Amino acid sequence: METVLTIFLDGLQFSSYLFIVSAGLTIIFGVMKILNVAHGSFYAWGAYTSAFFIGKFSDMGVPDVFGFFIIIAAAIVVGVVLGFIIEQGILRHMYRQDGILIVLATFGLFLILEDVILIAFGTDPYFAYHPMALLGSVELGGITRDIYGLTLIGVAAIVATGCWFTLNKTKWGAILKAVIFDREMGISMGINVPLVYTMTFIAGAILGGLGGAYIAPTVSVSPGLGTEVIVLSFAVVVVGGMGSVAGAAIGSLIIGLLRALAVHELPQAELFVVFAVMAIVLVFRPEGLFAPVKPRKI
Amino acid sequence: MNKGLIAALAIIFLGVGVFILASEKPKKTATMAETASPVEGKTITIAVPSFLTGGAAGPFGIPAMNGAKMVIDAINAGKLPAPYNTKGFGGATASIVAIDEGGGATKQVAEYRNLVEKRNVDAIVGYISSGSCLAVAPIAEELKQFTIFATCGTPRIFEELDRKYVFRTMSHATADNVAAAMYVRERYPNLKAYTGINQNYAWGQDSWRDFVLTLKQILPGATVSTNIQFPKIFAGQYGSEISAIALDEAELVHSSFWGGDLEAFIFQGNARNLFKKKVGVFTVGDTGVYRLGKNLPDGLILGARGPYGILVRERNSDLNQWFINTYKNLHDTYPSGPAYQYGQAILAAKIAFDKVGSDSSSERLGDALRGITFESFSTTVEMVLGGGHQAVTENGYGVTKYVSGNAENIVTDVKFYPGACIMPPKDVNSVDWIEGGMKGAKC
Repeated sequence: METVLTIFLDGLQFSSYLFIVSAGLTIIFGVMKILNVAHGSFYAWGAYTSAFFIGKFSDMGVPDVFGFFIIIAAAIVVGVVLGFIIEQGILRHMYRQDGILIVLATFGLFLILEDVILIAFGTDPYFAYHPMALLGSVELGGITRDIYGLTLIGVAAIVATGCWFTLNKTKWGAILKAVIFDREMGISMGINVPLVYTMTFIAGAILGGLGGAYIAPTVSVSPGLGTEVIVLSFAVVVVGGMGSVAGAAIGSLIIGLLRALAVHELPQAELFVVFAVMAIVLVFRPEGLFAPVKPRKI
Repeated sequence: MNKGLIAALAIIFLGVGVFILASEKPKKTATMAETASPVEGKTITIAVPSFLTGGAAGPFGIPAMNGAKMVIDAINAGKLPAPYNTKGFGGATASIVAIDEGGGATKQVAEYRNLVEKRNVDAIVGYISSGSCLAVAPIAEELKQFTIFATCGTPRIFEELDRKYVFRTMSHATADNVAAAMYVRERYPNLKAYTGINQNYAWGQDSWRDFVLTLKQILPGATVSTNIQFPKIFAGQYGSEISAIALDEAELVHSSFWGGDLEAFIFQGNARNLFKKKVGVFTVGDTGVYRLGKNLPDGLILGARGPYGILVRERNSDLNQWFINTYKNLHDTYPSGPAYQYGQAILAAKIAFDKVGSDSSSERLGDALRGITFESFSTTVEMVLGGGHQAVTENGYGVTKYVSGNAENIVTDVKFYPGACIMPPKDVNSVDWIEGGMKGAKC
């Protein structure tokens, strides 16, 4: 029973991590039809910014609890600044181009932003363990768990609820759904689609930044941080259905729980499981488990 | 879009950038310009490949490059302690060509050809990744270029083929894990069970294999866990793995993690009290020891891939104290293993050039280095394996302890094992040697 509980909690925690980092990617794709490889950079910049300021403020004697505000602020600043500059400066001029060119452009941006990180922050790692140390640990299922890791589940739940509420209960959500369903029709109905694109891209970037900023206290923030996460995020959105927030949530849960099961029962298959799920979904349902309905145009 | 908003965002971005740059502590770096006036006359060029970008740059590449530059500058200025206090490499001043080892084996092969065929370098000294070494070794032989591998660990370089132009001036990875197993046996003779977490590529798998094979020989009563973890390199998140290890009955965890993976695993394990319940054995732990500071738990068994870094802080030879003090003065931190390993390889290059002259061919440089024994900064290097191309040195382990008074980590209970005890004899494959009961080991 202890093992089952541990696998469940491990899986839920990893799923939460996957969902937070992939939600922004799938939102951007859903609205803008852009496969944004630079999403890994939002994650890395969020992590670096958060770790940098948590470390600085801690050195200045600011209480560790302030680290949680820094995490949120770092995600917002990184998302707004980088998201705005990239959308306005580059992507806006490429919307009429072929999708593959836009993917290549975001890949180029990813490489550039990785190098800019090196210039800005250097190669030494940054540590921001203070929020994790502040929360301490708890005994669950016969083993010690860090409370900070468990809060990841709560953050993912807040992100998921926020996305659902925005899409289904607000005017802004109705506008987004209209643009997703038929961009041209949205324009003809008076929707400011360029503004919708900008705001969507910034929102996706904030979520990417939040993933990095929240993970920063648990890792060594060092070069290459964004590379791994982009691969996992793609696997999640492919499984869940590109453009579907609910799909990203379900995809994260499937991959997270199966991976945790593999780590405990068949560690050799840990890496295989993530991509096996993706391959199986692609074979039987290439559009993903929860791909948004596409209108048939005449 | 509102132009005022654009301007405001631009100001915020610039402000953050300026803050970051303003907050950066200026670092002293060793450059050619800072050294004493170079030896007049001849010059040679030494290419130094190392990871300058990517995840391996911080823990390995940059300290390694710093070590190489520091030693080259000192040799040019004639400032190394005796017996290496003559100026230059065979009298010639060396200029350094720093090469980024990132980008994979194919890029390294192209880069290597470029260095030899277009830039006409005199020697190539470096490489951290075993993948890089395996890829460029045959090219070095084809192009007949004098090359010294500094850090890469795979035994295959000299166990699979004879080499003429390629050398390695540190022990290979077998020594790391045989020494770790011996240290474990001495500290925990009643060990009942052990497990491991290693990165899922050649380095991690080979390290675990050598550790297990050795423990099976020297501590047969201890059982290996059936739940061995091999997460992907740079995975970063080890929550499930830590749970699995915590639930395992094993008392000891072996890991060859390095860089960000090492630090993340220690952070996450520490937060879950893992190292209060299990003994951690980290064969490359030295690369994180100064970076982690008080976040490094006490009681970890820690290695440095040889007699380097924190393990040799107390060695008082002139060469070692010069290395430690000069590095700390330049970079505001103690030198870790990679800095020593690159410095050692540069020293070997100097010995070869000094013997046969700065304008010698690669053949003559190879002849000068083949089979020799020399004193390096922290140890004696014997080029006795692989036909005199592969070094054998001692290797050691110690136990971590944070000293709050000095706000730094130290290692206690350091023990070194002679090279002849932890490396296979001539012409014997490492795995065969361990499986055969390590015959001929002189401990």
